[in-house]
Order: sequence, then structure tokens, then C-alpha cells
Amino acid sequence: MAIEANGKTFETDEEGYLTNLAEWEPAVAEAMAAEDDLPLTDEHWEILNFLREYYEEYQIAPAVRVLTKAVGKKLGKDKGNSKYLYALFPYGPGKQACRFAGLPKPTGCI
Amino acid sequence: MSEQIKKFMYVNRRAPYGTIYAWESLEVVLIGAAFDQDVSLAFMDDGVYQLVKGQDTAEVEMKNFSPTYQALGDYDVTKLYVEKESLEERGLTLEDLMPLTYEDEDDDWAEKDSIKLVSRAELADIMDEQDVFFSF
Repeated sequence: MAIEANGKTFETDEEGYLTNLAEWEPAVAEAMAAEDDLPLTDEHWEILNFLREYYEEYQIAPAVRVLTKAVGKKLGKDKGNSKYLYALFPYGPGKQACRFAGLPKPTGCI
Repeated sequence: MSEQIKKFMYVNRRAPYGTIYAWESLEVVLIGAAFDQDVSLAFMDDGVYQLVKGQDTAEVEMKNFSPTYQALGDYDVTKLYVEKESLEERGLTLEDLMPLTYEDEDDDWAEKDSIKLVSRAELADIMDEQDVFFSF
């Protein structure tokens, strides 16, 4: 599988996650979101950037409950809850947001 | 669903790189953390090298996954037993290991050490209390 963004082709695995995480650029997130009919707002980007920082620090994509807790700590309780995160990413803040952010599928995601 | 909390211990005896065991163990721990069991990790023999700070894998071309141990606290995995004798036999002390901490929910989120240095005899006693072992 592959996805087109910014005039380039990016290889993805069978679930749509980037094969080479280092290739990620914001246009990839935009293209993936467009495929899911989900226009990205600043609120989405806040979470995507948070996930990229988390991955940079810990080298893993966090499970949803860990993400929720960590978002709450960093961005405030009104955002660190599953209602807020699922409203932004209806296919799951773990799976969908990690895919957009160029992370692997979350560890501990079952 | 009937819930019975069991004591799970993951035993790590191998060096972090060269084989996939250490990384696989860590992944199973993170996945298993979703099941709300009483989880602990034991590091003995060459397994103590998994926690050494300042790991650099550029030369061996494997992913340096040592930062991931820092995430264990977020996953509520807060008991990392390190066998004292294994450290000493390798000329290591607690200061050579990464400082790993967690925030204790029951103590006003106070930051506490996850690594607990135990003697071989103490670790044997702790192992005696476990229900399930995963050996890597």
C-alpha cells in the first residue's frame, strides 16, 4: 500500500501505517486525514504533535489509556479524557492519531 | 467478568541487544499492562545490562529501546527488581542504571523509584509469591 502526499509516494503497511517512520512530514497526516474524511484542525495537530514528542522521548506509541493520562497531565484535564480524544479521532486516538502522526501502531493496543 | 488479580513476573536474564528477547519482553509487558494484573519485572544475570544508562546502538544497527523503560511508570508498571549479586558480578552499581520513576497515585502523585535493588535471597522470596512467570 502507499499514500500520495506533497507530490511524493509514501509506502504504508497493510493497516495504513507508514513503513518508514523517518519519512513522515505534515503533508502525510493531511493526506491520511483526507482519506478518512477528517479535516485536521489545530486541536488535532496539538494531539499529533504531542504523540510525536512522546514517541521521540520513549520510542513507543502509547496505548490509549496512557495517552489519555499523559495528555491530561500536559494539556489539561479537559483534553485528557477519552470523550475529547474520540471526538477528534473517531477511529480511536491511539490507532488513528498514531497513524496520522507517523507512529507505529500503539504498543498495548488490543 | 470475574476478575482475579494475579501476580505476574517477567524475568529478564539476557543482554539487551544481540537477541530480540529483551525488546520482546518489554513489548509483552506493555501489552500485558492493559490487563490490570499485579506486574513486576526481575533483572538478573546479563539482564541487568538492559537498564544501564547511556546505551548507544549505532554500531550494532539495532533500535535503542532503552528510553522505553522510562514509559513503564505511565503503564503502571512500577516494580523493577534488580538482583544485587548480578550487578556486582558485572562491576556495576545502582548509579550505572537509568533512574526510573513513577508517580504514586495513592501518595499525592509523589515521584518514586521503580528500581528496587534486592539480594538473590530476597528475589527468591519475591519469586515465591508469584502466580505466573514469563521468562525471557
